[in-house]
Amino acid sequence: MSHTPLRSPARRPQQDPIVRVRGLVRSFGHGNVLDNLSLDLQPGSFTALLGRSGCGKSTLLRTLAKLDPAPDGTVELPDRRAVVFQEPRLVPWKRVLRNVTLGLRHADADARGLAALDEVGLLHRANAWPLTLSGGEAQRAALARALVRDPRLLLLDEPFAALDALTRLRMQGLVETLWSAHAPAVLLVTHDVDEALLLADRALVMASGTIAADIPIPLDRPRRHGDPGFIALRSRLLAELGVDEEHLAGREPQRAATGAKPGGYGLPASAVAAPSR
Amino acid sequence: MAATAATARGHRFGSTAHFPGLRRYVVPLGLLALWQASVGLGWISTRSIPSPGQILATFWELAASGELAMHLLVSLGRVSAGLAIGVSVGTLCALTAGLSRRGEDALDPLLQMLRTLPHLALVPLFILWFGIGETPKVALVALGTAFPIYLNLFAGIRTVDAKVVEAVSTLGLTRWELIAHVILPGALPAFLTGLRYALGVAWLSLVVGEQINASSGIGYLAMTAREFLRTDVIIVALIVYAVLGLAADQIVRLIERAALGWRPVFVKE
Repeated sequence: MSHTPLRSPARRPQQDPIVRVRGLVRSFGHGNVLDNLSLDLQPGSFTALLGRSGCGKSTLLRTLAKLDPAPDGTVELPDRRAVVFQEPRLVPWKRVLRNVTLGLRHADADARGLAALDEVGLLHRANAWPLTLSGGEAQRAALARALVRDPRLLLLDEPFAALDALTRLRMQGLVETLWSAHAPAVLLVTHDVDEALLLADRALVMASGTIAADIPIPLDRPRRHGDPGFIALRSRLLAELGVDEEHLAGREPQRAATGAKPGGYGLPASAVAAPSR
Repeated sequence: MAATAATARGHRFGSTAHFPGLRRYVVPLGLLALWQASVGLGWISTRSIPSPGQILATFWELAASGELAMHLLVSLGRVSAGLAIGVSVGTLCALTAGLSRRGEDALDPLLQMLRTLPHLALVPLFILWFGIGETPKVALVALGTAFPIYLNLFAGIRTVDAKVVEAVSTLGLTRWELIAHVILPGALPAFLTGLRYALGVAWLSLVVGEQINASSGIGYLAMTAREFLRTDVIIVALIVYAVLGLAADQIVRLIERAALGWRPVFVKE
């Protein structure tokens, strides 16, 4: 397995997948939430998982995180996995560094924890209590807690959804940096089409418990909202999600008003397919 | 006029700002002064209640003779023994019921039924079972303190944030590590609430226990004083009970402050 930094892993030749899912079925009560779903994730790939509320994307992520009981079908996963949720979910009675090193068995756990905190820019808060952190800081601590485990698969369950717009932009940039430095396979569940297009090399659209569309995103980085390729892919993704762009036209002036920052991504117009929470 | 009154009040409370602990004692001390004045002015007969000065003198007398210390040690011994047993049993039951469904099914219905029984009503039964020695007194304290500990700790274990537990479960902890690092610390605030309540119950049980066939202890001191119409001694005994209860509560407060430093402080002193 390659550990070298990867700028655009999607363009590399195919390797053995690090996640292999075949014939995944999960039912709750009346219907199948996951219906004969198959999925491969390449090592070091960045995949966004989109879909309307209730399409089963959260269930898929929970299955890959082994948070739900074993389903029907084949699921092959790497040993080193980490999850970041929408809420930071830090343990309030452990200081930030102890949260990051929780469960680590290495002799140099503290050094690793401090290094991870340094990487997310939170070294100065290593000794703080989690409840004294801001929303963005707490989410960075959660990222450090995932990062310190050197995961081969990083599962992100709408990790930026609860953050304010500016903090979200910074966090998206941070996740991209961390991903290119450590090259885990990332699966990002999101409602935000722009976020998917900014970060991922591949977008999966889920519908009725299965992968309805598998769209490569072969854009150069850093990406900008105004690029022609970006706009074309945005239309295509929205179409796959069943959103008529004409109906979103009313949102455009808002984007113009907030403006794109030079050198940054610009504020996303949050082309939200279906906010659920 | 109203403005002046408001300012004056602000000043009075403001003056204790540097000694936040003192503010809690303003009202009791005020009542004490009123009491001394009432007896001194003859509003209250010294036979029904002596003055605080008289009580203080009696206190010194009892303290100097070593009598008070002896009875105090006996009472403290009973409360400590009873608490140790009660808190241990309550904790053990709460852990068993809180950490496993089978444990809950086995213990919770029984304990919920027993806790509705006023434990002081068991005194006659305890005398028949355990005689009139130390055992029924310690047993009464133990029985009374086990329930608040059980109820609070059980609820505390069950209300630890499930989302945090889920997130931590992805970090590769063993079940025991999860319990030690997440579930028990999360239940600690509830346990300490239970402990404060248990301490109150402990003194109550001791008062009742020591008034039956005791030959030592603060309660015995008060009961013998009654036979000699020594209201001053009775009140010394009552004050000792009160001070002990207050001290115990302060100790738990200190534990809370030390152990729960992670909680945001909502009330600024």
